[in-house]
Amino acid sequence: MNCIIIDDEAAARAIVAQLCTSIPELDVIEEFSNAIDAIKFLNQHSVDLVFLDIHMPGFTGFDFVQTLKDPPKIVLTTSDTNFAIEAYEYEAIVDYLVKPITQERFTKSIQKVKNTLAQQPSRSKGEGNASSAGEDLYINIDRRLIKLTFDEILFIEAKGDYIDIKTTKETHRVHNTLKKIKEKLPEELFLQIHRSYIINFTKIIDIEDNSVLIEKSVIPISRSNRPELMRRLNLL
Amino acid sequence: MSKETPNLEYIKKLSGDDLAFEQKFIAILKDEFPVEKQEYIKTLREGKTNESALIVHKLKHKLNILGLEKAYGLAVTYEEELKMENTALNEEFSSILETIESYLKTL
Repeated sequence: MNCIIIDDEAAARAIVAQLCTSIPELDVIEEFSNAIDAIKFLNQHSVDLVFLDIHMPGFTGFDFVQTLKDPPKIVLTTSDTNFAIEAYEYEAIVDYLVKPITQERFTKSIQKVKNTLAQQPSRSKGEGNASSAGEDLYINIDRRLIKLTFDEILFIEAKGDYIDIKTTKETHRVHNTLKKIKEKLPEELFLQIHRSYIINFTKIIDIEDNSVLIEKSVIPISRSNRPELMRRLNLL
Repeated sequence: MSKETPNLEYIKKLSGDDLAFEQKFIAILKDEFPVEKQEYIKTLREGKTNESALIVHKLKHKLNILGLEKAYGLAVTYEEELKMENTALNEEFSSILETIESYLKTL
């Protein structure tokens, strides 16, 4: 279960991050001091849980919840008790933690989140929110911005200082790195399976021991990336 | 109000055996608290009591972290008073901030 922490107070973020270390399956992937940056992040990444401070200057926690079309599960963290009633008006808000948060209360809260998530498909494992994340990517070729939808991208191959983006129609060579483009791709659709390859997970035709077949291309799987690939497969 | 002494009880409980976290957290407090204190002084001086209330809100969490329960109670009241442009509790609140600043210097 991955999560992010949003709080304008560094000390509060550090406390939540420390509490998260006590829950092995909880992975803090990012922290934000304001809600706007978090929204930008959520537009590109799939997140299971958000720890969200209500009181933040300019853009409050409730503004944040209202802005998201398809919000992840949210645990509010606050110094006030008087927002509880308002908080539970939002379906995405699972719990309400009053600062300073104790380990016992935190553990209970995570259990509550797990129970809620168990009743619905995981966001990280397939359904995702590609639509809210945007469904396309613009690449710059000869000063022209070319639009590629995520669905038409088959895989991306690193070629020195360039990357080849293989789509259902053609291959585009772009001066960029695999690392950079990976940040722009939705995690629920794309997976790096080799130092030089990111694949569109939904385009796999079959998998042999050390390679995947996508259209007519055989793409190697590195030993270190294989476990994650296997984890993502819906094995019978 | 009888004077309370800040303590690290909550932080130590949270840290457990993780001394690295304890040190990191103290460093965050040492960095963040003086900035917030200065912001509080500045906004109050400029008569921006709503902004002062926001900073008091942030500071009151730190009072809690440092085990200052009575001071926390005062901050809760003061935050609401500031929203109504009443700064009468400033002296008492500032004294609490001074106590914390001195304490953090000993860590």
